[in-house]
Amino acid sequence: MPFHLDDHGSSFYDFLTTRGQDFPLQAPQIGSPVPASGMPAAAGLPAVPHGTTVLAIRFQGGVLMAGDRQATEGFQVSGRRIDKVFKTDSHSAVAIAGAAGPAVELARLFQIELEHYEKLEGDVLSYEGKANKLAQMVRGNLPMAFQGLVVIPLFGGYDLKRREGRIFKYDVTGGRYEETEYYATGSGGKDARDTMKQLYRRGLTEAQVLRIALEALYNAGEDDVGTGGPDLVRGIYPTVKMITETGVRDLEESQIAESYRTLIDERRERA
Amino acid sequence: MALPYYVSPEQMMADKAEYAKKGIAKGRSIVAMEFTEGVLLVADNPSASLHKISEMYDRIAFSGAGKYNEFEMLRKAGIRHADLKGYTYSREDVTAKSLANAYSQSIGSLFSVEPKPLEVELLVVEVGQGEKPTEIYRISFDGSIIDERGVAVIGGKSEALITFLKSRWKAPTISLRDALKLSVEALETVTTQKLGPEVLEVAVLDRTKPGRTFRRIASAEARSLLNSP
Repeated sequence: MPFHLDDHGSSFYDFLTTRGQDFPLQAPQIGSPVPASGMPAAAGLPAVPHGTTVLAIRFQGGVLMAGDRQATEGFQVSGRRIDKVFKTDSHSAVAIAGAAGPAVELARLFQIELEHYEKLEGDVLSYEGKANKLAQMVRGNLPMAFQGLVVIPLFGGYDLKRREGRIFKYDVTGGRYEETEYYATGSGGKDARDTMKQLYRRGLTEAQVLRIALEALYNAGEDDVGTGGPDLVRGIYPTVKMITETGVRDLEESQIAESYRTLIDERRERA
Repeated sequence: MALPYYVSPEQMMADKAEYAKKGIAKGRSIVAMEFTEGVLLVADNPSASLHKISEMYDRIAFSGAGKYNEFEMLRKAGIRHADLKGYTYSREDVTAKSLANAYSQSIGSLFSVEPKPLEVELLVVEVGQGEKPTEIYRISFDGSIIDERGVAVIGGKSEALITFLKSRWKAPTISLRDALKLSVEALETVTTQKLGPEVLEVAVLDRTKPGRTFRRIASAEARSLLNSP
């Protein structure tokens, strides 16, 4: 492992992408330049697993982030238990949709990026700063997006300066847009957004926001073939993270299962 | 035309070593000490923002004595090394041993090649967990590396301090409070004034914490620890 004494700034991502040819390891795909020729066409790309629906909702105490657990490869289910919501530092998380390989890599790199900055500078990046850095990383993935490997993250967290939860959504070009209420992305994103549009109100409590998130994911699972619903047979439920002033908290699976049981019972009565 | 002077390699190395030692001895000391729940690091450092102790990785801390710009550069290089290794392989593959070796190599080669040696002394500490014991490495200005047990001191009058501490620190079964008190007592033996929590930089590697174990202890917490009976 080389030992770098020269100054590379405080960004691990920049350090990775700018270090010289002396390093024997392959630079990660994220941010790598477009191959000059012999670029595989989108149609020539083998099928890769895709993550499907993730969402973020603001509530009184912060932000809730959730995602279904299914990875889809063409018309096949390629994974039933994958996680799409990643804690990136003490007060933020990234939820990813799109090509699972590069998406998980992006989340992992972003987590290291934030920690690296924190250790080098002795300070935590501002919330805005984190969101901008993620935008640059998504833009770095643009060449891969042209080849069909699109990665769309959703960035949510608690802004300790403003003392409120904040949500940022992105597009493939690294466009960064703040959402003040809720957002969902991925193949079932539209269905989840429709549900949230009906149910969202200002100043939701934690219990209410959980209910809306699960309802939105359930509807997305019903109407989108790529999105997985709760798997009652295997006991697989969506990942839910609550980000509040005290930090990122994983919701207990038992609590999610319980909420789903109520939800399903109610729907059964309606049917 | 004047002939260039001939200086024997022995003389050159001795001069460099003396120069570096002088520079390091001018500074203040830093103490590392094992206690029940991890490792405590205490620096006599009046600055609240220019740190001498820093987080390096999940279970690894770094501390530098001597010239600030020099150990700061080494600190940053170490963090890059650790993060790159953790990213390439896995978080558990980042070890203090590999970091200490990298430091030893870099500092050692700079010592022999550069006309001015680095005036630094470093500590790389990894808190033990489960089967793995705690490791404390001290790296000198010439790249020599010493594997310390239980307690270590760098910078300032480190020799006087380590003699004092070796006679007082017995086993890693002491509490955080007692470890902090003992460290401060040791640091006070080489200064004329009393060291209050406002001039101390205190941090721990706390093995009871999952993930990143490094934690700074703010003045208020250090004060309450020092004042508790």
